[in-house]
Order: sequence, then structure tokens, then C-alpha cells
Amino acid sequence: MKQTLVVIGNGMVGQNFLAGLAASSAKENYDIVTFCEEPRAAYDRVHLSEFFTGKTAADLSLVEDGFFTANGITIHLGDRAATIDRELKTVTSAKGITVSYDKLVLATGSYPFVPPVPGHDRPQCLVYRTIEDLEAMQAAAKTGKIGTVVGGGLLGLEAAKALRDLGLQTHIVEFAPRLMAVQVDEAGGVMLRRKIEALGVTVHTGKNTSLITDGETCVNKMCFADGEELETDVVLFSAGIRPRDDIARGCGLEVGQRGGIVIDNQCKTSDPAIYAIGECALWNGMIYGLVAPGYAMARTVVADLNGEAASFNGADMSTKLKLMGVDVASIGDAHAKTQGAMVYTYQNGASEVYKRLVVSQDKKQLLGAVLVGDASGYGTLLQYCLNGIELPENPDALILPHRSDESVGLGPDALPAAAQICSCYDVSKGVVCAAVEAGCTTVNALKAETKAGTGCGGCVPLLKSVLNSELAKQGYEVNTDLCEHFPYTRQDLYNLIRVEEIKTFAELLEKHGKGRGCEVCKPTVGSILASHWNEYILKTEHLGLQDTNDTFLANMQKDGTYSVVPRITGGEIRPDMLIALGQVGKKYNLYTKITGGQRVDLFGARVDQLPAIWKELIDAGFESGHAYGKSLRTVKSCVGSTWCRYGVDDSVGLAIALENRYKGLRSPHKIKFAVSGCTRECAEAQGKDVGVIATENGWNLYVCGNGGMKPRHADLFATGLDKATLIKYIDRFLSFYVRTADRLQRTSVWMENMEGGLDYLKSVVIDDKLGLCGQLEQQMQYVIDTYQCEWKTTIEDDSKLKRFRHFINSDQPDDNVVFVEERGQIRPAVAGDERKHFTLVEVA
Amino acid sequence: MAWIDVCGSDDLQPDSGVCALVAGQQVALFYLPEEGTVYAIHNYDPFGNANVLSRGLIGDINGQPVVASPLYKQHFNLETGVCLEDETVQIPVYKVQIDGARVKVNSEASS
Ligand SMILES: Cc1cc2nc3c(=O)[nH]c(=O)nc-3n(C[C@H](O)[C@H](O)[C@H](O)COP(=O)(O)OP(=O)(O)OC[C@H]3O[C@@H](n4cnc5c(N)ncnc54)[C@H](O)[C@@H]3O)c2cc1C
Ligand code: SF4
Ligand code: SF4
Repeated sequence: MKQTLVVIGNGMVGQNFLAGLAASSAKENYDIVTFCEEPRAAYDRVHLSEFFTGKTAADLSLVEDGFFTANGITIHLGDRAATIDRELKTVTSAKGITVSYDKLVLATGSYPFVPPVPGHDRPQCLVYRTIEDLEAMQAAAKTGKIGTVVGGGLLGLEAAKALRDLGLQTHIVEFAPRLMAVQVDEAGGVMLRRKIEALGVTVHTGKNTSLITDGETCVNKMCFADGEELETDVVLFSAGIRPRDDIARGCGLEVGQRGGIVIDNQCKTSDPAIYAIGECALWNGMIYGLVAPGYAMARTVVADLNGEAASFNGADMSTKLKLMGVDVASIGDAHAKTQGAMVYTYQNGASEVYKRLVVSQDKKQLLGAVLVGDASGYGTLLQYCLNGIELPENPDALILPHRSDESVGLGPDALPAAAQICSCYDVSKGVVCAAVEAGCTTVNALKAETKAGTGCGGCVPLLKSVLNSELAKQGYEVNTDLCEHFPYTRQDLYNLIRVEEIKTFAELLEKHGKGRGCEVCKPTVGSILASHWNEYILKTEHLGLQDTNDTFLANMQKDGTYSVVPRITGGEIRPDMLIALGQVGKKYNLYTKITGGQRVDLFGARVDQLPAIWKELIDAGFESGHAYGKSLRTVKSCVGSTWCRYGVDDSVGLAIALENRYKGLRSPHKIKFAVSGCTRECAEAQGKDVGVIATENGWNLYVCGNGGMKPRHADLFATGLDKATLIKYIDRFLSFYVRTADRLQRTSVWMENMEGGLDYLKSVVIDDKLGLCGQLEQQMQYVIDTYQCEWKTTIEDDSKLKRFRHFINSDQPDDNVVFVEERGQIRPAVAGDERKHFTLVEVA
Repeated sequence: MAWIDVCGSDDLQPDSGVCALVAGQQVALFYLPEEGTVYAIHNYDPFGNANVLSRGLIGDINGQPVVASPLYKQHFNLETGVCLEDETVQIPVYKVQIDGARVKVNSEASS
């Protein structure tokens, strides 16, 4: 008969335990019941702050769809387990449900400690732990101007960044004399403080809050023991966590003096039928406030239930701060408490870098490290520390800046297969290598397959180097050269052209390439030159670089004829223009079709007909639609507030403005936009490179969506924008894409391959992390100012028109182009159609 | 062997192609001013079944001068007409003379 297993708490660790159990054979032995106090099942607390940057509760969920049903697990959502009766072996919930258990797992986590200062429960005094807490912060930030975080630890800094991003003037008040006192030593603390202040956050250290009371200019006023005061609207406590052991105390389980449910190496409490895991558990006098140790405990219990020998023997507490632009990491024994430990420090005040290594007496083992300002060595150092790898002869080489070419990094090959790459999900190098062997060739594929790198993300650089080294071993050439003529990537070439002000392919080839070029590098360079200098693409020196369609400013079809697509901005067209289009189509007997981008495509034009067709179109008021270019194609729109009953704003007007702004911009691949007038999203903006949706609070901007072969839902980039800000962000976004993407890389793939992904992109475009925004906007303005309709330029220049003939020495058309009729229009003749026969000269 | 006068040298497109009618045949002419060379091959793309090679991009692959078909991007050696992706396919090539300001093509395929 099946036994019953009850899990109290469905947080990160509780869920990790359930998932582990569901995947093991022990699952068959138990009916599983879990109590979840929060209104939703487990979500990713580690990435909680991303809730403010557009992630929804659903995005953060850690539970796969249908997980509970598929595994026969009963979950009581929004119901807190209130008491345990160890004699009867039952758990009773706040809502009055009683369940008998054979085995019980406590995964109740912890709660934020709020110091008992008088006034701590005043309005807008908040904590930072659950989604509800974040919603309260959002609401408070709407009315407030100033926010203060109490506590300058890891979490406090993250909370401060969140308050600042919510638009509040932000302060941190810390009791200790420095920030992150647990992880960082004094000198590191000084450097860290400067970094945090550079983010626009005011830091007060050595401050003891004695009272919170009515403010004069703000909702609250904080009074400190030294007599100083601080006016603030929001007070956010982040002064440490306390284990939630009340239910364990209530039934007489052993708890630690300062809290925490005491467990042994098998994670059993003082009652052998009851386990405790995660932040509520006290092992060897330690509470682990990180997720990885909790997962290790969960694995131990799953193994124990399977009858396998397993034991939790403590865990590593190394950490890396997740804040963009603030590199801080702490590894192992950062404070050199080990007997005989020796310390190396490197400090560079000018570039605000501080590094400290703690090594064993014999200088062979790395015991700990502190990195501030440059945490790029985190992965390598952590590997030395965790795997006991012997240090190089001069360990300080690991923290000194590299002045020569010699590399002191630990190559991935130096790591044993058992080396842990991802500590959040305990993924070893061996597992990563096996996944590469099984066909994962990108970091994203590895993430999906092994979960490595999906926790705090600190191991992604290491993961990437293991991947590259494995791929190289399997004979994949990890060669990023554009082609045999240029040993550079597209991004490198862009920078060379920009910095050295190179204006022609010939000049670039002479300075940086070899040979004559080919159909890979020529169009790539042609496109970069056009993006950057925006000269007429059929200028003699550029003409030979253009791809099939660009050379004749039209789209070549399978029989060598072309299709013609004039611009119809936003899909809006006056009846007389539509008639003009129809007349051209009729006169030249062109096949006519409506495109997916809300315009009209005219097919079957011979090369010699193109100028005449365009002359008529331009006279009728049309201009080039750039359908032939890797460039902005269309800005699709719905009819919006002008006509639609639900419309919130004028989507057509905005679409036309955007299309006119960016038309003609040459880019690594084609770019599509759409604008919807409300969240019903009739223009399908979330499937476009740039999508805009009107809301009551302003425009929401989505980026990097894609239809086509590999559809991708766009990511929400910024919300509630006015038109000027919207355009500023799009300018920067597009310029950055044009500068840094690979050849033929759509925005979706570009972003997915970018280290740091969406957050990084936001930090560049919104926070100007690279200090590039001025340049990016300027570049876009230059392109806008130098726009020309390429067809207008062409038909006005007789020397350019000479090429638009099938034969250079005859006015005859190509006799191989033959049409037949279908559904009342022309189409190219195919084999089997009755057609004029064409003979190719026999090959000798 | 007939040398046929087809066009002026200023009718050629530097680093690009044009098509000429030579005794009823379509011949693609590619002009590389750097080397002072003009290559002539038939204009018909046997993969795409269309007269388009004069509109392809030219360059070199492993030192061989080539044109890439504008339709499906197969490469053809400009000196021999052999397709790099499928050596069983070869298209006719022709001899060219630059005679002062005039371009002459030999109407007899030379391979
Ligand atoms: C903003 C933030 C950032 C963080 N960043 C990192 C990081 O970068 N790296 C890292 O390693 N860790 C980080 N952490 C810590 C990490 O989130 C925790 O270590 C982890 O969530 C612990 O998991 P847990 O299951 O023990 O507790 P929790 O995730 O808190 O889950 C406990 C759950 O049990 C529920 N519960 C409690 N009592 C009962 C009861 N009686 N009945 C029913 N349900 C109950 C609670 O409501 C809660 O949902 C961060 C935490 C926060 C808040
Ligand atoms: S997206 Fe909204 S405004 Fe636009 S057509 Fe649909 S319902 Fe109307
Ligand atoms: S989907 Fe395929 S067949 Fe249709 S237009 Fe695009 S490339 Fe051509």
C-alpha cells in the first residue's frame, strides 16, 4: 500500500524536491500532498527583481504546466499548514484540512527580519521576498519620491537597485561600517560603495535606526541613534532572514538557539519521520540563505527516500552579485579565517578594481577570494577553490592585470569531469560534455538540456568556454571569420569602417583583407557601408557589392524577372494611389498580389521594364519600398483609435511616422515593425523585430520578435512611453543592432546570442551602460538626414539606366521569359506548359 | 572563329557584369578593372533555368575567379565555366579582346 508524503511549503526548494522525487522511482511508493501558503505555486525568487523589468508571475514560475496533475500530486494553494501532530502523524491547515502523513518534509523557507524599531509597521514600510511584496513596492513608488533600504547586504543592494529603477531617489542605511560586510572585506567595501553611489544611490553606513515616525516632506522619517534624520516615503527592510520554524517549534522538534530546524546529514529532524530542507533548516549550526545548498538538501532527501546512501555535508557559499554594472563576488573563506591563510591583494583606485586572494599556507590551494569592480575571474577562481586544483607558482598572477599575452585563466580542459560548473543546479563538467556530445552546440541549447546557467547565471562564461572547447575537440571549427577574404567578424568590420572612416570595399580589402572578395563579404561590406555612410548603393564603387535584389533595386523571381513593391507607409493608401498602382499593373501586365506587410507586390517585370514602371510610380507619388534590401521593410498597423471602437491611440499615425523615419536604413537583415492601437493586438506587433502597442499609460515597446521560419514572441522592452522616448529607444536599439549583429542575423537571434540577453540590451539602450547612446542616436539621425529614394535617383541618372537592359548591345528582351495565364493573371511558364522552346548551346 | 564587336569598353560595369547578344547567344561579360581582365561566359544558369548569370556577384574562391548565380548561389569558374558545387556541370566560356575602346567576343565557345 502507498504511504503518504506531505511537503509543507512550495517554494524554490520544496518544488525542487517535488520535481526530483517525481523523476525518481520512490514516487511510486507515495501519495504526495503539498501545502502552499502563497496564492501561486513555486516561482523563481532568485530572479524576483526581474518582475520589475517586465517578467510576469507566469514567466517566473518554476512549475511546468500540468506538473502536479501529471505526477498525481495534490497541492493546496493559498493554504498554510498550521499545526503538526506528531503522535497522530497529521498536519492540519489554516483552512481546516487535515492530512495524515507517513513522511513529512518541511520546506517553509524563511522570512525577512524586520528590526523591532518603533514605527517599523508604519505605512509604506515594506519587505522584499514575494511577488505580493513587489506589487506593494510598485504601488508605493507611484506616489512616493524617496525610498530607503535598511540593510546593505547582497539582497539590500538588489532591492536598492529596484527602488532606483522604480524612479525613486534611493538611500541605503547599513548598521555595519561597510556594505556587504559578510562577503567583502574593508578595502573591497570602500570600492563597492563608490560603485553603488555611481548608480545614483546614497549610502549611509554605521547608522543605527532608532525610530520611524511621521515625515514632514515625506510619508516617513527615519531617526538614527547619532541624532541624524532621513525623510523617506518608502522604507524597505532587508536586514537579513530568519528561518520559518514556528510550525516545528509548535510540535516540539529541536530548533537552534537562534532559530532553524536542526537537521542531520540526511536532513532528518529530531523526529526521523520528518525532514527539513532549504532556508528553514539548520545544519551544523548554519542556515544557508542561498538556493544551491537548499537544492543539495532536496537531492539528499530524494536519495534517502530511494534507499540510497546520501548525505548533505555543507555547501559552498560563494556568491556573485547580479546587478548590472556592479561586479562583486565573494568566494569561500573571503575573510582569511583559516589557520595560516595568506592573503594577496590587488587594488587599482583609478579603475575602481579591488581583488583579494586567500591561499593556504603552502600557497598551493585557493581558500577564498573577493572581487570588486572586475569579477571576470569568478568562474576560474571558484573552480580552483571547489576542486582543490593546485595553484600556479605565483598565485597573484590570477588577480594581476594581464600585461602580456600569457593566459592565466584555467582552461576548461584543466577541469576534472566531476568539476561543478553550475552550482545552482549542480551540473558537472561531465554532464555538460555529454550534452555537447549529444548535439547541443549553443549555450542556449545547453541551458535547456542541462539547466546549467539558468540559476544566478554566474557560470555562463565558463559554460561557454567548456562548450567551445568540446566543439573544437569534436572537430567543429569555431571560426568566426566572415570568409576567406576577411579574418574578421561582421562586427569587427563595422568597427574598422567606422573608426578608420573607410568608404569603399576596395579600400577595406586593401587594408584588411585579401583576394577579390566573394558573394559573402561583398554584400556584407556593401550593407555596412550603406548603414554607416548611407551613400547611393548603385554608385560605381558600390554597385558590384550588391546582392541579387539590390543590384537592380527589385526582387528577382525564379525566372529572372522582378517584382516591384512601392512603399505604402503603415498600409494606408488613398484610393487614387491605389488606382494608379492598378493602372501600372494593367499597363505592364504584371501579376498583382497583396503582401503580408500591407502593401502591393507587382510581379513579372523584365529588367528592361523596371525604369519605365518606376517612372510612372514615382510620378504618381510613390517611392521605393526597399523590399529588395536588407533594410526596414514595413510598419504594419491596425486602424487604431481613429476608427476602432477599442482603440486607445492612433496606431496608423505612429506607424507612418516610424516608417518614414527608418525607411532606407540598411541593416544586417530585414527589419519589420508593427503598431497596434490597443492590447487586442490586431497588428501582431509581438511577432516583429520592433512592436509597439498602445496602452492607457502610453506606448509599450516590444523587441526581437520574429515570424517566418523560426517564430519568436517579442520581449517586452519598456512600458508606458511617450512618443519621444519611444523613438529615442528605437533609434538606439536599431543602431546597436546594425553595429553589432552578425551578417544575416535577425534581431531575435542577435539578442538570443548576446551575453546577458534582454537585460544587457536594456542596460545598453535604456541605462546607457556602455555610454554609447549619444553616438547611436547621432548615427541614426545621420541616416535619416541622408535618406533618398533610390529609384528616384536612378531614373534621373541616364548613366545608371544603361544597365537596365537585358542586352548591352540590343533592345531585344530575354526570349526565355515566357508567361502563361492562370486565374486571369500571368505566371511564369513551367515544364509541361506549352512554351517557346529555348536551346542552350551544347557544351563541347 | 569569328570575332564579333559587341560594345564599347565603357559599357562594361567595373567589378560587375552585363549581358551581350553575340550571334544569337546570350553572353555574360564581367569586367575586373584592377586586373584589366574581361571574362565571358554563357548567361544561362542551368540550375535556375534562367538567363541571369550576368547579374551575379563576382569574386574568388580559393584563388579561382568565380561568379555566384543570383538565384541559388552556385559558383561558376569564370575561366573554365565549371561549377564548383557540381563539377559535372560546365557552361560555355568565350574569348574576349579589348581593341582600343571596343570589346570583341569570339562567338565560338572555347570550352
Ligand atoms: C530578491 C531575492 C534575491 C535572491 N537572490 C539569490 C541569489 O542570487 N542566489 C541565491 O542562491 N539565492 C538568492 N535568494 C535566496 C533564495 O531565493 C532562497 O535561498 C530560496 O528561495 C530558498 O528556498 P526555500 O524553498 O527554502 O524558501 P522559499 O522559496 O521562501 O519557499 C518557502 C515557501 O514556503 C511557504 N511556507 C512557509 N511556511 C508555510 C506553511 N506553514 N504552510 C505552507 N507554506 C508555507 C512560504 O510561503 C514560501 O512560499 C534570493 C532571494 C530573494 C528574496
Ligand atoms: S488592436 Fe485594438 S485598436 Fe487596433 S484594431 Fe485591434 S481592437 Fe482596434
Ligand atoms: S515562404 Fe517560401 S515560397 Fe513563400 S515567398 Fe517566402 S521564400 Fe518564397
